[in-house]
Amino acid sequence: MELQHVNVKFLVSDPQSVDLEPLIPVFHRWIQGQVCEELLLDIADYRHVPEGPGVVLIGHQADYSLDNTNNRLGVRYNRKASLDGTNRDRFRQAACSALQACQRLEAEAALGGKIRFNGRDIDLFINDRMLAPNGEETRQRLDPELKVFFDTLFRGTAYSMTYDTDPRHLLGVSVRASQPFGVTDLIHNLVT
Amino acid sequence: MKASNALWKEHLAGKTPEDLAREVDIFDAEVALRKQGKLDERLFAETRLRRGVYGQRYDNGQRHDGAKVQEMNYPSGTLTKGPSTMWDAPGMQRIKIPAGGLDAGQLETLAELAEEYSDGIAHVTTRQDFQLHYVHIEDTPTIMRRLAAAKITTREACGNSVRNVTACPYAGTCRDEVFDVTPYAKALSKFLMGHPDCQNFGRKFKPAFSGCAQHACGLTSLHDIGFLAVTRQENGVEKRGFQVYVGGGLGAVPYMAKLFDSFVPVEEILPLTQAVARVFARLGEKRNRSRARIKFLVQDLGIEKFKEVVREERQTLPADPRWTSFLKDAEEFAEVPLRPGDETSSSGGERFKRWLETNTRPQKQPGYVVVTVALPLGDITANQLRSLADIVRKFTMETVRTTVEQNFVIRWVSRRDLPEIYEALDAVGLADPGAGTIVDVVTCPGTDTCKLGISSSRGLAAELRKRLAERNFQSDEAVENLHIKISGCFNSCGQHHIADLGFYGVSRKVGGYAVPHFQVVLGGEWEHNAGSYGLPVAAIPSKNVPKVVTRLTGRYVEGRNPGESFKDFIKRIGKAELKSLLEDLARPPAGDRSYFSDWGDPREYSLEDMGTGECAGEIVSSVEFDLGAAEREVFEAQLAFENGQIEQAGKTAYRAMLHGAKALVKIVNPAISDDADQIVIQFRKDYFDTQKFWDPFAGGKFAHYLFDAHQKAGTPHTSDSSRYLIDEAQLFIDAAHSCYNKLGSSVAV
Repeated sequence: MELQHVNVKFLVSDPQSVDLEPLIPVFHRWIQGQVCEELLLDIADYRHVPEGPGVVLIGHQADYSLDNTNNRLGVRYNRKASLDGTNRDRFRQAACSALQACQRLEAEAALGGKIRFNGRDIDLFINDRMLAPNGEETRQRLDPELKVFFDTLFRGTAYSMTYDTDPRHLLGVSVRASQPFGVTDLIHNLVT
Repeated sequence: MKASNALWKEHLAGKTPEDLAREVDIFDAEVALRKQGKLDERLFAETRLRRGVYGQRYDNGQRHDGAKVQEMNYPSGTLTKGPSTMWDAPGMQRIKIPAGGLDAGQLETLAELAEEYSDGIAHVTTRQDFQLHYVHIEDTPTIMRRLAAAKITTREACGNSVRNVTACPYAGTCRDEVFDVTPYAKALSKFLMGHPDCQNFGRKFKPAFSGCAQHACGLTSLHDIGFLAVTRQENGVEKRGFQVYVGGGLGAVPYMAKLFDSFVPVEEILPLTQAVARVFARLGEKRNRSRARIKFLVQDLGIEKFKEVVREERQTLPADPRWTSFLKDAEEFAEVPLRPGDETSSSGGERFKRWLETNTRPQKQPGYVVVTVALPLGDITANQLRSLADIVRKFTMETVRTTVEQNFVIRWVSRRDLPEIYEALDAVGLADPGAGTIVDVVTCPGTDTCKLGISSSRGLAAELRKRLAERNFQSDEAVENLHIKISGCFNSCGQHHIADLGFYGVSRKVGGYAVPHFQVVLGGEWEHNAGSYGLPVAAIPSKNVPKVVTRLTGRYVEGRNPGESFKDFIKRIGKAELKSLLEDLARPPAGDRSYFSDWGDPREYSLEDMGTGECAGEIVSSVEFDLGAAEREVFEAQLAFENGQIEQAGKTAYRAMLHGAKALVKIVNPAISDDADQIVIQFRKDYFDTQKFWDPFAGGKFAHYLFDAHQKAGTPHTSDSSRYLIDEAQLFIDAAHSCYNKLGSSVAV
């Protein structure tokens, strides 16, 4: 099963205290500097929508956002362009991109350190119902590959996985590590 | 872009209606041909537009990032999907929803598409359509296939075609309607879709249906063709028919539709519309897009001549069984409830009570209500769409519709289910009270995504919504029920002309800096199917618009007579007082740089026009003075019009245009005389022929306003012609400001 359009979201700590307005000029600066690998194009502001996409940095190959879907605010990477390689490569690519965005946001002086990964919670989903219909069979086939990926990410630390079983939703899993990790550690775990 | 596009094609083969599938296959082939360079870009542009595939802002491959213009280096390089429209640039997909009617499965399909191909949001438009933004052209055939499988089409959602047929969303439930217009609207939509007589228009053609004259819901007065339900007795039997209106339209200069016939029997509405379409295709303007809507044809011919030509055309039509084949089903058409009706009143907390007041409306059928789901700026998430699908399945026979106020209505809700449906909606953020009130601001996409946007209508709408919700007007019904509508430019997609408080985006130069502004348009009427259009009062910097709303509503509260509507109040106090009331807000405070960016967009507005250094003072050029004087003349024309001095109003509006033109001509020829012919000749030479005065999208439209007015300078004015000329003069001067901004500060100061 070849998966594409991997989405990864790293949930932020203390989401109630996060104000998304200061994020907008930050994303504009990212476009000015084209700081990501992807071609960055525009910003979509959905702060007015409850449990919505938040503020989205639209790119050609991928979007970045501070996404509040399901009332789970996090730094989300939405891969739109296809990628070569294995599923694991694609999980790693999406997770690394999201983590690098987290790292930039954590370092942004304008945000005052308010947007920080909570250290434990990650959502991963496949934004393509044809390639990955959300059914038991797909989940069973995907599960081993995901475990290999998260074993690598957490370097043996225990974690729990909870699948979203609503067949109308995207195939997705919420993962919670048993101990907190810093963004830099997770990047390190993925690239070495 | 999506890896699964080919798989969807295979998966849905044989599962979609044959005609829709064939349509999509053709478009898919055209996408492939264009990608290979085997289809001309102009031809491809028109073909995609007719499938609802629009361009979006920055799709020319350039974007001002706040510091400089960036070239977008897309992977497909210079490949285009239309003139100056890059292949890879994100675009918009418009989806037609005839009469706004949907079922739960269709809501779920829209949710999937918003999630997989867009940015997770589906947007409801002011014509009951949906729009998905940031869509890649190569995904559009798959989107269309998946929609077709849900029996939805995007065909003729854009382009020079018959657009979505809209209808009152309360049709069939409204206590004041004459009869349910739904089946007639759907029959007309089906009949006209792809009809050979509708393929050769110079511009778009928008039909609308309403069940009554007094409410706003159908907005028939502002449509190319509008149908208003009426009945009459024939041999003791009640006969259904429609009052038919033609030639309405908003756009830059709004036209009120003219009565074509006070009673067209139902069996005649399809052939009559076909005859109108044929006349429009044959006699309508084709080359000059700015005069190609049917409203200009009706105006040029006069309504009586137009009627005569259409009636002659009607006689030539070969009979078509479709004209009447829908009638039996139409007369029997009736939605049914899922649950028994109940008149028991509900109790609950304050918020629930508030929601009951503003978001529910009793149906004519006892025990049932229509529930409005108010969407902020018309936006809804994929998860909310799925939840809405669940709710309409649980409480109704999936009777849900979109509205022209960018909301949903759920029909046939049993009154006793109200607490439960409120809870269900509230759990997913869809139970905001205030539907149809001052907080329920309507807006077009504006500079967020629209290529034509001048100011950030959505940014302003979000800000106003937030502030007005905080102010809480519940105690004052007259203020609470005002309507605010915002367009990002003069094109009126936000329907600003028919709002109590309307705004449309313009730009102005202040001390050498471009500043986003909105024209304040007052005196429009939403009720009575858009009963009257407002007139511009003043251009205000974007950041001052919330103050304008506060000041105008405050002045209304203080100064109104008992029972006086806002529209009547505005008319009574007059333009002069209004202008004076807003005068101090018309210029940004010196040194406040926040005015140089727009709501929700921190980039400095049009930085190309800015010099280095801070905006320390007000440096006003002679051009700005002259344009300001021209603007004052438009205002004087408005005052004259308001006082019934029709001839003087028309002449003053024309003079304002001449002065606006002269202001620009003086840059090239400071010695230009006051002779009108000389001004127009030199303006044509220096600004029209050189295309310096051209709008990037409207082309030479605004210059033609001057040329036409100059040509007709000696002709006496009617009320209509004077009114149109005032609007045209305002737009001409807005365009003169834009032109001056584009020329750059070096010539300006």
